[in-house]
Amino acid sequence: MSLPELIFSILIFPGFLFTAVIGLLLTWVDRKVTARVQMRVGPPWYQPFADFFKLLLKETMVPEGAAKTVFLLAPMLGVIAMPIVAVMLFYMNINPYASFVGDLIVILYLFALPPLGIIIGGSASKNPLSAVGASREMTQYFSYELPFLAAILVPIIKTGSVKIGDIVLYQELHRSVLYSLSGVIATITALICIQAKLGYVPFDIPEAEQEIMAGPLLEYSGASLAMFRLTRAMMLFLLPLFVITLFWGGFANLWAIPKFILIIVLIILAKNTNPRLRIDQALKFFWLGLGIFAIIGLILAVLRL
Amino acid sequence: MKDFRLWGLKKSPWVFHVAAASCNNCDIEILDVLTPRFDVERFGIVLVGSPRHADALLVTGVLNRKSLPRVLRVYEQTPKPCLVIGVGTCTCSKHMFSSSYNAVGPYDKYLPVDVYIPGCPPKPEAIILGVVKALSKL
Repeated sequence: MSLPELIFSILIFPGFLFTAVIGLLLTWVDRKVTARVQMRVGPPWYQPFADFFKLLLKETMVPEGAAKTVFLLAPMLGVIAMPIVAVMLFYMNINPYASFVGDLIVILYLFALPPLGIIIGGSASKNPLSAVGASREMTQYFSYELPFLAAILVPIIKTGSVKIGDIVLYQELHRSVLYSLSGVIATITALICIQAKLGYVPFDIPEAEQEIMAGPLLEYSGASLAMFRLTRAMMLFLLPLFVITLFWGGFANLWAIPKFILIIVLIILAKNTNPRLRIDQALKFFWLGLGIFAIIGLILAVLRL
Repeated sequence: MKDFRLWGLKKSPWVFHVAAASCNNCDIEILDVLTPRFDVERFGIVLVGSPRHADALLVTGVLNRKSLPRVLRVYEQTPKPCLVIGVGTCTCSKHMFSSSYNAVGPYDKYLPVDVYIPGCPPKPEAIILGVVKALSKL
């Protein structure tokens, strides 16, 4: 890849611009489906864009006594990481031979940056509620990461490679990881962990509006709040794609579109039909419930089931 | 650029609810506006939990010596541009507390109020109309 090509792919397609537009549209889908579930009409399609540009052009305030630089830079972590994930996922799917050893691990670490940004931002804003939110985000991150990694080990064991390209090729040659007992277990685990990564309702503990207002985002206003919302929108686009890549045969074909829509609708319906857990319940659920479930999947994968 | 900013503000006014010592009736009517029956998310209106996220402040209640500094502080914490919408007759005047030593009069002595919505309490339709009028002032 030449340099202009690389810059184009990171900034426009499939990087920043493309991911942002699709992600914001998906947040509209989310809000519209939520409205229909509640027998409402719901917002028009341009609503997320109006929200985003309004926030972008508003005044940004820094609370007195906050660590100013860290406070303003924390939202950028996720916005920088997500286009890189998008570029890697798209290139590995379109041309699996371009994959390098360990790109799966790189993507996993890039997905860890948005929660890290929220934790840093919440701690830097010098507000007790933000600090509570940041500590909850941290606890939740450590709780869902264990079953998520266990789920991702299943395709690695099945294909014997940590290259995304190899996993995609294996699924094209043989069959998708999903179509086996261990694959089903791993996919269910990964989908539940995605819900937590997105911060959607059973696991929106860090931002619990009724308890700690907006948690780590409490002190954010204007452009930096817009960055946090943009990060979440991009994740709503990229995390289902990541699951499709690893478990459901990649997305370099048209079949990926119904699969993607199915996963998105599942996420939104789960969001609308569940109450919020407490942080200790979430920890117990992820470590004891889902963790053991995922480890059963791992054992089955080792046994080639 | 200015048109763009205006468009964003008009299409997604996020409201923060400042209950400055009201009798709770206006607050309940405001919550009523946000229920699925009236569905203000059609217009992009969302209730937010922090004044830092807000574009419009819905203030309720008779302003008194205790609540005045709090209301001013919330107003200062809201990023500008922000609208201030007074809900209920209490905000327009001192209402039934006109002879009280503690009531310090209508809000626009201290804050740039954009719209007053009279009524005790105002109907949800009236609140929506008030917000629309405040937005068309922009």
